Amino acid sequence: MPKLPDHLELKRTRVSCKLDAPNDTESVLYSGAYASLGVDNSSLESFFKDFKVVINRLTEDEIEFDMIGIDAALANAFRRILISEVPTMAIEKVLIAKNTSVVQDEVLSHRLGLIPLRVDPRLFSYKSEKDEPNEKNTIVFGLHAHCKRGGPRCTVKSEELKWQPNGSMFALEIENKGSSSTTAPKTYTNFKSNQDMQPEFSENPIHSKYPDITIARLGPGQEIELEAHAVKGVGKEHAKWSPVATAWYRMLPEVVLLKDVYDVDAEKLVKKCPANVFDIEDTPTGRRATAPRPRACTLCMECIREEGWDEILALRRKKDHFIFTIEATGALPPEVLFTEAVKVLEDKCERIITELS
Amino acid sequence: MGFTRDSLSNSHQTHNLDKEFLSAPIKSTVDKFQLIPEFLKMRGLVKEHLDSYNYFMNTGIKKIVRVNSEIRSSVDREIYLKFKDVKVGEPSVVLDGVAEKIKPHSCRLSNMTYAAPIEAHIEYVTESGGKKEVHEKKDVIIGRMPVMLRSRCCVLYGKDETELAKLGECPLDPGGYFIVKGNEKVIMIQEQLSNNRIIIEIDKKGNLAASVTSSGVALRSKSVIVMEKEKIYLQLNQFQSKVPIMAVMKAMGMQSDQEVVQMIGRDPRYSSLLLPSIEECAGFGVHSQQQALEFLEKKVKPSQFPSALPQKENRALKILRDVFIAHVPVRENNFRSKCTYAAVMLRRMLDAFLNKAAVDDKDYVGNKRFELSGQLLSLLFEDLFKTMGEEVKRKVDAVLMKKSRSSRFDFSQHIIKDTISFGLERALSTGNWCAKRFRVDRKGVTQVLARLSYIQALGFLTKIQPQFEKSRKVSGPRALQPSQWGMLCPCDTPEGESCGLVKNLALMTHVTTDEEEGPLVSLCYEHGVEDPGLLSGEELHSSKSFVVMCNGLILGKQRTPQKFANALRRLRRSGKIGEFVSVFVNQQQSCVYIASDGGRVCRPLVIADKGVSRIKQHHMKELQDGVRTFDDFLRDGLIEYLDVNEENNALIALYEDEAEPETTHIEIEPFTILGVISGLIPFPHHNQSPRNTYQCAMGKQAMGNIAYNQLFRMDTLLYLLVYPQRPLLTTKTIELVKYDKLGAGQNATVAVMSYSGYDIEDAIVMNKSSLDRGFGRCIVMKKKSTIMQRFENNASERIIPPKREGYSAERMQALDDDGIAAPGQMIRQDDLLVNKQTPMVTRGPISSGVVPDSDYRATPLKYTGFTGDNSVVDRVALFSDKNSNLCINFIIRQTRRPEVGDKFSSRHGQKGVCGTIVQQEDFVFSERGICPDLIMNPHGFPSRMTVGKMIELLGGKAGVSCGRYHYGSAFGEPSGHADKVEDISETLVKHGFSYNGKDFLYSGITGEPLQAYIFMGPIYYQKLKHMVLDKMHARGFGPRAILTRQPTEGRARNGGLRVGEMERDCLIAYGASNLIYERLMISSDPFQVQVCRKCGLLGYYNHKLKAGICSACKNGDNISTMKLPYACKLLFQELQSMNIVPRLKLADA
Repeated sequence: MPKLPDHLELKRTRVSCKLDAPNDTESVLYSGAYASLGVDNSSLESFFKDFKVVINRLTEDEIEFDMIGIDAALANAFRRILISEVPTMAIEKVLIAKNTSVVQDEVLSHRLGLIPLRVDPRLFSYKSEKDEPNEKNTIVFGLHAHCKRGGPRCTVKSEELKWQPNGSMFALEIENKGSSSTTAPKTYTNFKSNQDMQPEFSENPIHSKYPDITIARLGPGQEIELEAHAVKGVGKEHAKWSPVATAWYRMLPEVVLLKDVYDVDAEKLVKKCPANVFDIEDTPTGRRATAPRPRACTLCMECIREEGWDEILALRRKKDHFIFTIEATGALPPEVLFTEAVKVLEDKCERIITELS
Repeated sequence: MGFTRDSLSNSHQTHNLDKEFLSAPIKSTVDKFQLIPEFLKMRGLVKEHLDSYNYFMNTGIKKIVRVNSEIRSSVDREIYLKFKDVKVGEPSVVLDGVAEKIKPHSCRLSNMTYAAPIEAHIEYVTESGGKKEVHEKKDVIIGRMPVMLRSRCCVLYGKDETELAKLGECPLDPGGYFIVKGNEKVIMIQEQLSNNRIIIEIDKKGNLAASVTSSGVALRSKSVIVMEKEKIYLQLNQFQSKVPIMAVMKAMGMQSDQEVVQMIGRDPRYSSLLLPSIEECAGFGVHSQQQALEFLEKKVKPSQFPSALPQKENRALKILRDVFIAHVPVRENNFRSKCTYAAVMLRRMLDAFLNKAAVDDKDYVGNKRFELSGQLLSLLFEDLFKTMGEEVKRKVDAVLMKKSRSSRFDFSQHIIKDTISFGLERALSTGNWCAKRFRVDRKGVTQVLARLSYIQALGFLTKIQPQFEKSRKVSGPRALQPSQWGMLCPCDTPEGESCGLVKNLALMTHVTTDEEEGPLVSLCYEHGVEDPGLLSGEELHSSKSFVVMCNGLILGKQRTPQKFANALRRLRRSGKIGEFVSVFVNQQQSCVYIASDGGRVCRPLVIADKGVSRIKQHHMKELQDGVRTFDDFLRDGLIEYLDVNEENNALIALYEDEAEPETTHIEIEPFTILGVISGLIPFPHHNQSPRNTYQCAMGKQAMGNIAYNQLFRMDTLLYLLVYPQRPLLTTKTIELVKYDKLGAGQNATVAVMSYSGYDIEDAIVMNKSSLDRGFGRCIVMKKKSTIMQRFENNASERIIPPKREGYSAERMQALDDDGIAAPGQMIRQDDLLVNKQTPMVTRGPISSGVVPDSDYRATPLKYTGFTGDNSVVDRVALFSDKNSNLCINFIIRQTRRPEVGDKFSSRHGQKGVCGTIVQQEDFVFSERGICPDLIMNPHGFPSRMTVGKMIELLGGKAGVSCGRYHYGSAFGEPSGHADKVEDISETLVKHGFSYNGKDFLYSGITGEPLQAYIFMGPIYYQKLKHMVLDKMHARGFGPRAILTRQPTEGRARNGGLRVGEMERDCLIAYGASNLIYERLMISSDPFQVQVCRKCGLLGYYNHKLKAGICSACKNGDNISTMKLPYACKLLFQELQSMNIVPRLKLADA
């Protein structure tokens, strides 16, 4: 199988980060781009063969993994979907019974909306405008905070948001009062069953992901009483539904010493790099600089900033190797988020296929 | 935004470390910065206002009362009232006859005037049955004086933060303004040419002139000595035309020409210049004093009151005595001092003739005086006090004239309080300063303190109003004066017509108040000043001896001026004479000027001996330890105030290490040459100068926090930012003025790049997720108010409970059961705020006791305000006004998130509107996952040259990564108050960023890296008050003007959009006649008229006959119906009313 000449191969697979600007940033998408050279640029087979995911780090809220052998467009699709199309639950409607704090109602509601909730959104369905709020599409939280007169000022934290599995406690204003006193008063939600009866929630009650988010501060005598209704949504509509704090990737850095660097210069090079990319190894020809940790490169350009060094060193990015990071907000663990994102993409593809056929 | 919790807490620790590092002393030169906070702590930001007002309260008011202390009846000379002393009491208000102490904040809320009673100690005569007795009474209230906040009379004086909070006051509020009828009013600083000083100028005709504007105890006058065609004349308003100066000198007793020449100076050049004047005078046959007086008598303007003819002979002499250079006193018709003064004027003028450089610069700050609230108030008070005296006298005379008086006469009962109270209140609330007695009639002296932002309020108090007219096209007064250095801010001036005329005080400037000159004068005589009365004219100007002038008066001559000046300065430094007394040796004029008058600007400087600063390290240490205050520095002679004139005798080094042996003073900190507002700009010294000026105008429009008590104030319009931040890149001024506590902006991560094409012409692209998370979110509050009126027949308006059902229920949904809208209620356009009803009968007696319901008509207060449906009633306040009517104030609130078209600005005069809002996933992101909040087009930089903004970005980025606030004070690099770019770059590199602040970014749309490194980092962005929501306007149909029946004009009246002349021209050129017809007729004011084909006049349509009738022809035979614009019909009728008959000639189309 013919291969591309080196300089073209370099252009195809690497972004070279020059001192003034990055070069060859675009990826060659067309399968027949190199057909005249006898090289096939389409890569489905090689994709099956080469595609690889390596997880570097996984904590409760964060994952960093390498995605190797994939196009920037695809990697970006996952990133975009993560940010804006994977659903979560977030407070959308706030019923304020009392708010004598200095925080205005709208601001209070806005703050409540941005509180990440630890609940699996897959267990809920979307609530459209005309839907009645029920146990399948709404989570109700209550908040009643009061600062004692004569006492010190207090802070209302997100842990005070109490899940109400039975739905809203606020009675709707009933049109005909005397009709039926026996039935329970109608409230703002219409729950047919208690949410905490569901097996998913019985051991795992719904609450805010972080207990220490400040909602408001109360002076003596001030009081907040409200009910917050969380619904399912996507980040596209409002950032509060985004399941990630942020999700991003970077291409794998590659640091290539085009010429050998020895002794004084080598030490200088090691010293210059704030990310500690370089090392010195003893060779028979002398102490030579190496770049054993290119992954750490942040592209601060310190190593090639000095005149002439850009001919000795080449900083590059591998176009098909992505270091992907997801910072989850707590609704779902980051690794699940990614699979959810893949599912969303799958759905989209299927939709296109069905619509085309 | 892209940082984890750990990195933030880490950076917090480094922050603490750095604080220690910062407070560590700098090695070589003494860091004098600490003096500035100390100075401002002692002084506050508006000390000049407070000082001036306090001086008036403590001294000025007493002086005025003492001068005009007696009111004596002209009917009975033995009946009198005498004011022995006067003082101003505590602020209070009289409610139902009872005086009650008041807080300033309650005045703001309930539209009261924050005023204190003026209490006088009086001695007066009572008479009953011919027996007269003299009584004394203390604390008699003669009027009410509005009280300046934080002045000595104010309840806020000397209160600390918690006490102020208890009084409902913001601790950061500087005070210095008044509260009149609930409005905050500032008496603007007025700039004027200084009084009682000789100013040599070139007049309009190009003649050399020496002018003096005198303001004596009794009179103000302007005397001008002008040189015309080599002859010298005096111009005085009281003379019909200019009079020869030699005649004037002779009239004042200098009969010999030789004497005059000697007095001016024996230099032959002077005498040759005087020769033509002397000859002219001789030509008139004026030789003796008597002849001169007779000659002048003919020139005197005829009196305005021909009836009151005084002795003819004396008029000229009187004018010379009382009007000509009025501030020079003449005792027992001894004109010697006036002659000397005139001679000095002449000499200065001749000097200027010989040497053009000796012409005075009118724009020189040393020739200017700044009138402050104290001076202005004392002027007004004196006028009102005299008026009151006259009124009282008239009233008392009228009483005494009555033959048969039954009751006892008590003079103290006849004091009129209202003259002073109302006079002061009216002047303050309208700003019209009208004192006929002093020929003062000024408009716009006070202005409402604009509180759009904290910084605007501060700027208002340092603003200086010019006296020049704005329309004149002159560049001189507008140009930046070198003498402004350190006194007036070089950046802060408005754009447009008043550019350069309206100025602002610099950070450390102090405006002096009047100081007693008596002791100073005697001190001068003790230090070897020779009285001019003892000297011949020639001796006064002998070479090597200097004339000593004190506040515009000639004290005498001094043979050793430098020694004399040094002695006075030593006395000042040791605190023996006032710290603001200035001593200025003018070598060119051979004069020593001593000034202790009010209104001069001065600033503190460090004294240096032979170039060595008097402030040593241990002084600053003591200051830091709190054992030494700024006043101690003054008292110990380490620091002194220099005014603009005395600065000319000083050699001031910018920094200690730049001092030379000749250096006399060292600047405290160079950034203090800027004012309060321009001090907010980081790295202003790297910006193109106009950009700083633009920012000064824009910083005032930025939304943020106004005051700590902002939510308890009832401002008519209030803009607040929901999440205001303190700038990441601060300056020392920001900390000094506490802008970091009441910020007006947010630190946005900005990427300088092009994106989407919606960013041309300074538009910015914003990240939707940032907006979702609260960036740029603001609250707008508006006040609505109503008064429950009571009418003369005792019927009053009433509020009734709302209807809960039926047609109008929906409009009343915001109302509580009491008929007043409840706080927290959402409110829509045209909803009711108060369900108010007014009685139909408001005059005459009511038949029965109770007005029946049917006699009320609904006059509800409807809400008309913000567009959009998210307005909420924020607060409702009820109070009673001074007529004890119920007033209801509503604050309507609306929270807005930024939208396309909202205006934003950085702190470098770079404003731009939001061009588009883009989803976060489409935004660029960096290798660390940082996604900018907004994108700014790089074309904003090359032409604007705001390098400071770039450094702000770099510094902000470094600050965010190392967790320390970086500084960007003006000119601060040498002294360490601004971070250097090199250091910032180093920090950036240490944290893995590129040294140049550029990042490697990925496109959010394609996922590929961008083809350039992008300059990205945090910049402090301000949201300006101009928002689309308040401006957008469109109309389909709507109201029409009554007169013309055309659509109304303007957004406020829901008006139409005009197709103007030029638009019309375009349509004509294009040939779109039907469009023109539609726009100009159908959509505007179509009207059907009946036209008589015969006479061509307009008829009318008779509905009974169902036919058009021509009223001229008296029939309907030839009537045609046609359409024309109503305005056209109106024109015809108006023409007819002027006896012009327009006739229509109809033809078939």
